[in-house]
Amino acid sequence: MIHAHDSAIVRTMSRLLIPLIQLFALYVLFFGQYGPGGGFVGGVMLGASLILGILVFGPEASPCRLAQKVIHGDGIGLMIFAVVGGLCLIGGGEFLNYANLEIPWVESDSRRRYLGILLTQIGVAIDIAVTAISIVLSLSLIDDSEESHA
Amino acid sequence: MTLFFNVTLLVLLIMTAAGAILVKDLISSVLILGSYSFLLALAWAWLGAVDVAFVEAVVGSGLATVFFLLTLFGIAPKDTRIRRPAPPMIALLGLPLLGLLLLYAAEDFPRFGNPESRASVHVSPEYLKNSLKETDTPNVVTAVLMDYRAFDTLIETAVIFTAGIACALLLRRNRQ
Repeated sequence: MIHAHDSAIVRTMSRLLIPLIQLFALYVLFFGQYGPGGGFVGGVMLGASLILGILVFGPEASPCRLAQKVIHGDGIGLMIFAVVGGLCLIGGGEFLNYANLEIPWVESDSRRRYLGILLTQIGVAIDIAVTAISIVLSLSLIDDSEESHA
Repeated sequence: MTLFFNVTLLVLLIMTAAGAILVKDLISSVLILGSYSFLLALAWAWLGAVDVAFVEAVVGSGLATVFFLLTLFGIAPKDTRIRRPAPPMIALLGLPLLGLLLLYAAEDFPRFGNPESRASVHVSPEYLKNSLKETDTPNVVTAVLMDYRAFDTLIETAVIFTAGIACALLLRRNRQ
Protein backbone atom coordinates (compact mmCIF):
# COMPACT_ATOMS: atom_id res chain seq x y z
CA MET A 1 0.00 0.00 0.00
CA ILE A 2 1.24 3.48 -0.81
CA HIS A 3 1.28 5.80 2.20
CA ALA A 4 1.29 9.58 2.18
CA HIS A 5 4.70 11.21 2.41
CA ASP A 6 5.14 13.33 5.55
CA SER A 7 8.06 15.52 4.44
CA ALA A 8 7.00 19.17 4.04
CA ILE A 9 9.64 19.75 1.35
CA VAL A 10 8.36 16.91 -0.81
CA ARG A 11 4.71 17.93 -0.38
CA THR A 12 5.33 21.60 -1.16
CA MET A 13 7.52 20.84 -4.14
CA SER A 14 4.98 18.41 -5.59
CA ARG A 15 2.22 20.98 -5.13
CA LEU A 16 4.33 23.30 -7.27
CA LEU A 17 5.51 20.70 -9.76
CA ILE A 18 2.31 18.81 -10.55
CA PRO A 19 0.51 21.72 -12.29
CA LEU A 20 3.71 22.55 -14.20
CA ILE A 21 4.06 18.95 -15.41
CA GLN A 22 0.41 18.92 -16.46
CA LEU A 23 0.79 22.22 -18.32
CA PHE A 24 3.89 20.91 -20.11
CA ALA A 25 2.09 17.65 -20.92
CA LEU A 26 -0.77 19.55 -22.57
CA TYR A 27 1.76 21.69 -24.46
CA VAL A 28 3.54 18.56 -25.71
CA LEU A 29 0.22 16.96 -26.66
CA PHE A 30 -1.12 19.88 -28.68
CA PHE A 31 2.27 20.95 -30.04
CA GLY A 32 3.08 17.43 -31.26
CA GLN A 33 2.21 18.39 -34.82
CA TYR A 34 4.80 21.18 -34.87
CA GLY A 35 7.62 19.81 -32.73
CA PRO A 36 8.73 16.67 -30.96
CA GLY A 37 6.11 14.99 -28.82
CA GLY A 38 2.55 13.94 -29.44
CA GLY A 39 -0.18 11.84 -27.92
CA PHE A 40 2.03 9.13 -26.45
CA VAL A 41 4.47 11.37 -24.59
CA GLY A 42 1.77 13.83 -23.57
CA GLY A 43 -0.33 11.01 -22.16
CA VAL A 44 2.57 9.51 -20.24
CA MET A 45 3.42 12.90 -18.73
CA LEU A 46 -0.20 13.58 -17.81
CA GLY A 47 -0.32 10.18 -16.13
CA ALA A 48 3.04 10.76 -14.43
CA SER A 49 1.86 14.01 -12.85
CA LEU A 50 -1.15 12.24 -11.32
CA ILE A 51 1.09 9.31 -10.24
CA LEU A 52 3.35 11.81 -8.45
CA GLY A 53 0.26 13.04 -6.61
CA ILE A 54 -0.67 9.48 -5.62
CA LEU A 55 2.87 8.70 -4.41
CA VAL A 56 3.20 11.89 -2.36
CA PHE A 57 -0.27 12.44 -0.94
CA GLY A 58 -1.41 8.79 -0.77
CA PRO A 59 -4.11 7.20 -2.93
CA GLU A 60 -7.00 8.24 -0.67
CA ALA A 61 -6.13 11.93 -0.25
CA SER A 62 -8.21 14.73 -1.71
CA PRO A 63 -5.65 15.94 -4.32
CA CYS A 64 -5.87 12.46 -5.87
CA ARG A 65 -9.66 12.53 -6.35
CA LEU A 66 -9.10 13.10 -10.06
CA ALA A 67 -6.83 10.05 -10.34
CA GLN A 68 -9.41 7.84 -8.64
CA LYS A 69 -12.22 9.09 -10.87
CA VAL A 70 -10.11 8.84 -13.98
CA ILE A 71 -9.65 5.06 -13.82
CA HIS A 72 -13.35 4.57 -14.48
CA GLY A 73 -12.60 5.98 -17.92
CA ASP A 74 -10.45 3.03 -18.98
CA GLY A 75 -11.04 2.49 -22.69
CA ILE A 76 -12.45 5.92 -23.50
CA GLY A 77 -9.21 6.90 -25.23
CA LEU A 78 -9.21 3.80 -27.40
CA MET A 79 -12.87 4.46 -28.16
CA ILE A 80 -12.13 8.04 -29.31
CA PHE A 81 -9.47 6.67 -31.66
CA ALA A 82 -11.75 3.96 -33.06
CA VAL A 83 -14.75 6.31 -33.35
CA VAL A 84 -12.69 8.77 -35.42
CA GLY A 85 -11.84 5.83 -37.68
CA GLY A 86 -15.51 4.86 -37.85
CA LEU A 87 -16.55 8.44 -38.70
CA CYS A 88 -14.20 8.24 -41.66
CA LEU A 89 -16.08 5.11 -42.76
CA ILE A 90 -19.39 6.97 -42.38
CA GLY A 91 -17.95 9.83 -44.42
CA GLY A 92 -17.52 7.45 -47.32
CA GLY A 93 -13.84 6.53 -47.19
CA GLU A 94 -11.52 3.95 -45.72
CA PHE A 95 -11.13 3.29 -41.99
CA LEU A 96 -8.88 6.01 -40.47
CA ASN A 97 -8.62 7.95 -43.73
CA TYR A 98 -9.16 11.35 -42.11
CA ALA A 99 -9.80 13.09 -45.44
CA ASN A 100 -13.34 11.69 -45.24
CA LEU A 101 -14.17 13.19 -41.85
CA GLU A 102 -17.32 15.24 -42.26
CA ILE A 103 -16.63 18.49 -40.45
CA PRO A 104 -18.86 21.19 -41.96
CA TRP A 105 -16.66 24.28 -41.55
CA VAL A 106 -13.49 22.66 -42.95
CA GLU A 107 -12.99 22.70 -46.71
CA SER A 108 -9.58 21.28 -47.51
CA ASP A 109 -8.54 17.64 -47.18
CA SER A 110 -5.26 18.55 -45.49
CA ARG A 111 -7.09 20.50 -42.77
CA ARG A 112 -9.37 17.48 -42.18
CA ARG A 113 -6.34 15.23 -41.85
CA TYR A 114 -4.83 17.75 -39.42
CA LEU A 115 -7.94 17.63 -37.24
CA GLY A 116 -8.07 13.85 -37.51
CA ILE A 117 -4.48 13.61 -36.25
CA LEU A 118 -5.29 15.99 -33.39
CA LEU A 119 -8.39 14.01 -32.31
CA THR A 120 -6.64 10.64 -32.43
CA GLN A 121 -3.70 12.07 -30.50
CA ILE A 122 -6.07 13.17 -27.74
CA GLY A 123 -7.48 9.63 -27.75
CA VAL A 124 -4.03 8.07 -27.42
CA ALA A 125 -3.10 10.50 -24.63
CA ILE A 126 -6.23 9.72 -22.61
CA ASP A 127 -5.77 5.98 -23.07
CA ILE A 128 -2.13 6.03 -21.94
CA ALA A 129 -2.65 8.37 -19.00
CA VAL A 130 -5.55 6.30 -17.68
CA THR A 131 -3.65 3.04 -18.15
CA ALA A 132 -0.57 4.36 -16.32
CA ILE A 133 -2.64 5.49 -13.32
CA SER A 134 -4.63 2.25 -13.34
CA ILE A 135 -1.44 0.14 -13.28
CA VAL A 136 0.00 2.19 -10.39
CA LEU A 137 -3.22 1.85 -8.40
CA SER A 138 -3.25 -1.90 -9.12
CA LEU A 139 0.38 -2.23 -7.98
CA SER A 140 -0.35 -0.25 -4.83
CA LEU A 141 -2.73 -3.02 -3.78
CA ILE A 142 -0.13 -5.83 -3.88
CA ASP A 143 0.99 -6.05 -0.25
CA ASP A 144 -2.33 -4.70 0.99
CA SER A 145 -3.97 -8.07 0.34
CA GLU A 146 -1.05 -9.99 1.88
CA GLU A 147 -1.26 -7.98 5.08
CA SER A 148 -4.92 -8.83 5.45
CA HIS A 149 -4.12 -12.55 5.01
CA ALA A 150 -1.29 -12.54 7.56
CA MET B 1 34.35 18.73 -28.19
CA THR B 2 31.60 16.68 -29.84
CA LEU B 3 33.87 13.65 -29.95
CA PHE B 4 34.63 14.04 -26.24
CA PHE B 5 30.90 14.22 -25.46
CA ASN B 6 30.12 11.18 -27.62
CA VAL B 7 32.87 9.02 -26.15
CA THR B 8 31.81 9.96 -22.60
CA LEU B 9 28.18 9.15 -23.44
CA LEU B 10 29.12 5.78 -24.92
CA VAL B 11 31.35 4.83 -21.97
CA LEU B 12 28.64 5.82 -19.50
CA LEU B 13 26.04 3.84 -21.50
CA ILE B 14 28.15 0.67 -21.40
CA MET B 15 29.00 1.20 -17.72
CA THR B 16 25.37 1.66 -16.66
CA ALA B 17 24.24 -1.29 -18.79
CA ALA B 18 26.87 -3.54 -17.22
CA GLY B 19 26.08 -2.15 -13.78
CA ALA B 20 22.38 -2.88 -14.12
CA ILE B 21 23.22 -6.52 -14.88
CA LEU B 22 26.05 -7.05 -12.39
CA VAL B 23 24.69 -5.32 -9.28
CA LYS B 24 23.57 -7.60 -6.42
CA ASP B 25 20.34 -5.87 -5.45
CA LEU B 26 17.24 -5.52 -7.63
CA ILE B 27 16.37 -2.02 -6.40
CA SER B 28 19.84 -0.70 -7.29
CA SER B 29 19.53 -2.50 -10.61
CA VAL B 30 16.25 -0.70 -11.37
CA LEU B 31 17.70 2.69 -10.49
CA ILE B 32 20.79 2.09 -12.66
CA LEU B 33 18.47 0.98 -15.47
CA GLY B 34 16.66 4.32 -15.14
CA SER B 35 19.91 6.25 -15.55
CA TYR B 36 20.79 3.99 -18.49
CA SER B 37 17.50 4.97 -20.15
CA PHE B 38 18.26 8.64 -19.59
CA LEU B 39 21.69 8.29 -21.22
CA LEU B 40 20.09 6.35 -24.06
CA ALA B 41 17.66 9.25 -24.53
CA LEU B 42 20.66 11.58 -24.88
CA ALA B 43 22.09 9.21 -27.48
CA TRP B 44 18.82 9.25 -29.45
CA ALA B 45 18.72 13.05 -29.32
CA TRP B 46 22.31 13.19 -30.56
CA LEU B 47 21.37 10.92 -33.50
CA GLY B 48 18.54 13.32 -34.40
CA ALA B 49 15.61 11.12 -33.30
CA VAL B 50 14.08 13.68 -30.97
CA ASP B 51 10.69 11.98 -30.69
CA VAL B 52 12.26 8.66 -29.75
CA ALA B 53 14.49 10.45 -27.23
CA PHE B 54 11.44 12.09 -25.68
CA VAL B 55 9.61 8.77 -25.30
CA GLU B 56 12.73 7.05 -23.94
CA ALA B 57 13.27 9.77 -21.34
CA VAL B 58 9.64 9.84 -20.20
CA VAL B 59 8.81 6.13 -20.34
CA GLY B 60 12.18 4.43 -19.86
CA SER B 61 13.61 6.49 -17.05
CA GLY B 62 10.33 7.76 -15.61
CA LEU B 63 7.31 5.51 -15.81
CA ALA B 64 9.05 2.12 -16.08
CA THR B 65 11.24 2.91 -13.06
CA VAL B 66 8.17 3.82 -11.01
CA PHE B 67 6.42 0.58 -12.02
CA PHE B 68 9.49 -1.54 -11.19
CA LEU B 69 10.00 0.17 -7.83
CA LEU B 70 6.35 -0.18 -6.83
CA THR B 71 6.51 -3.89 -7.69
CA LEU B 72 9.73 -4.34 -5.70
CA PHE B 73 8.34 -2.53 -2.65
CA GLY B 74 5.36 -4.87 -2.78
CA ILE B 75 7.42 -8.08 -2.41
CA ALA B 76 9.51 -9.42 0.47
CA PRO B 77 13.04 -7.91 0.93
CA LYS B 78 14.75 -11.30 0.59
CA ASP B 79 13.36 -11.66 -2.94
CA THR B 80 15.10 -8.49 -4.13
CA ARG B 81 18.57 -10.03 -3.63
CA ILE B 82 20.01 -11.71 -6.71
CA ARG B 83 21.93 -14.93 -6.31
CA ARG B 84 23.92 -15.39 -9.48
CA PRO B 85 25.69 -18.64 -10.34
CA ALA B 86 29.00 -18.41 -12.23
CA PRO B 87 28.50 -18.27 -16.02
CA PRO B 88 29.29 -21.49 -17.92
CA MET B 89 32.56 -21.75 -19.86
CA ILE B 90 30.84 -21.96 -23.24
CA ALA B 91 29.17 -18.57 -22.67
CA LEU B 92 32.47 -16.93 -21.71
CA LEU B 93 34.08 -18.25 -24.89
CA GLY B 94 31.15 -18.01 -27.29
CA LEU B 95 29.75 -14.55 -26.54
CA PRO B 96 32.96 -12.57 -27.31
CA LEU B 97 33.20 -14.48 -30.59
CA LEU B 98 29.58 -13.59 -31.37
CA GLY B 99 30.33 -9.96 -30.53
CA LEU B 100 33.30 -9.93 -32.90
CA LEU B 101 31.11 -11.45 -35.61
CA LEU B 102 28.50 -8.70 -35.09
CA LEU B 103 31.18 -5.99 -35.21
CA TYR B 104 32.48 -7.51 -38.46
CA ALA B 105 28.96 -7.51 -39.91
CA ALA B 106 28.38 -3.90 -38.79
CA GLU B 107 31.00 -2.78 -41.31
CA ASP B 108 28.50 -3.50 -44.08
CA PHE B 109 25.87 -1.10 -42.72
CA PRO B 110 25.35 2.06 -44.78
CA ARG B 111 27.04 5.14 -43.33
CA PHE B 112 24.95 7.19 -40.89
CA GLY B 113 22.73 9.63 -42.78
CA ASN B 114 23.62 8.16 -46.19
CA PRO B 115 20.93 9.40 -48.64
CA GLU B 116 21.52 6.40 -50.95
CA SER B 117 20.84 3.73 -48.32
CA ARG B 118 17.90 1.38 -48.74
CA ALA B 119 15.89 2.89 -45.89
CA SER B 120 16.23 6.40 -47.33
CA VAL B 121 15.06 5.63 -50.88
CA HIS B 122 11.99 3.45 -50.25
CA VAL B 123 8.94 5.27 -48.79
CA SER B 124 10.50 7.97 -46.63
CA PRO B 125 11.06 10.44 -49.52
CA GLU B 126 7.32 10.31 -50.24
CA TYR B 127 6.51 11.11 -46.61
CA LEU B 128 9.07 13.89 -46.44
CA LYS B 129 7.86 15.47 -49.68
CA ASN B 130 4.11 15.16 -49.23
CA SER B 131 3.28 15.10 -45.52
CA LEU B 132 3.15 18.89 -45.04
CA LYS B 133 1.01 19.33 -48.16
CA GLU B 134 -1.33 16.45 -47.39
CA THR B 135 -1.74 16.73 -43.62
CA ASP B 136 -0.78 20.32 -42.65
CA THR B 137 1.56 18.77 -40.07
CA PRO B 138 5.15 20.05 -40.04
CA ASN B 139 6.38 17.19 -37.81
CA VAL B 140 6.76 14.25 -40.19
CA VAL B 141 7.01 11.73 -37.35
CA THR B 142 3.57 12.67 -36.03
CA ALA B 143 2.10 12.62 -39.55
CA VAL B 144 3.49 9.12 -40.21
CA LEU B 145 2.47 7.75 -36.80
CA MET B 146 -1.01 9.21 -36.71
CA ASP B 147 -2.05 9.33 -40.35
CA TYR B 148 -0.05 7.15 -42.74
CA ARG B 149 0.42 4.43 -40.12
CA ALA B 150 -2.68 5.16 -38.03
CA PHE B 151 -3.77 1.53 -38.00
CA ASP B 152 -0.53 0.44 -36.30
CA THR B 153 -1.00 3.16 -33.70
CA LEU B 154 -4.59 2.06 -33.09
CA ILE B 155 -3.44 -1.49 -32.39
CA GLU B 156 -0.62 -0.20 -30.16
CA THR B 157 -3.17 1.78 -28.18
CA ALA B 158 -5.25 -1.38 -27.88
CA VAL B 159 -2.17 -3.25 -26.58
CA ILE B 160 -1.60 -0.64 -23.87
CA PHE B 161 -5.27 -0.75 -22.93
CA THR B 162 -5.03 -4.54 -22.65
CA ALA B 163 -1.96 -4.22 -20.42
CA GLY B 164 -3.88 -1.98 -18.02
CA ILE B 165 -6.86 -4.35 -17.97
CA ALA B 166 -4.59 -7.37 -17.39
CA CYS B 167 -2.85 -5.65 -14.45
CA ALA B 168 -6.19 -4.79 -12.89
CA LEU B 169 -7.50 -8.34 -13.37
CA LEU B 170 -4.39 -9.97 -11.87
CA LEU B 171 -3.71 -7.61 -8.97
CA ARG B 172 -7.14 -6.45 -7.83
CA ARG B 173 -8.61 -9.92 -7.50
CA ASN B 174 -8.29 -10.08 -3.72
CA ARG B 175 -9.86 -6.74 -3.06
CA GLN B 176 -13.58 -7.17 -2.69
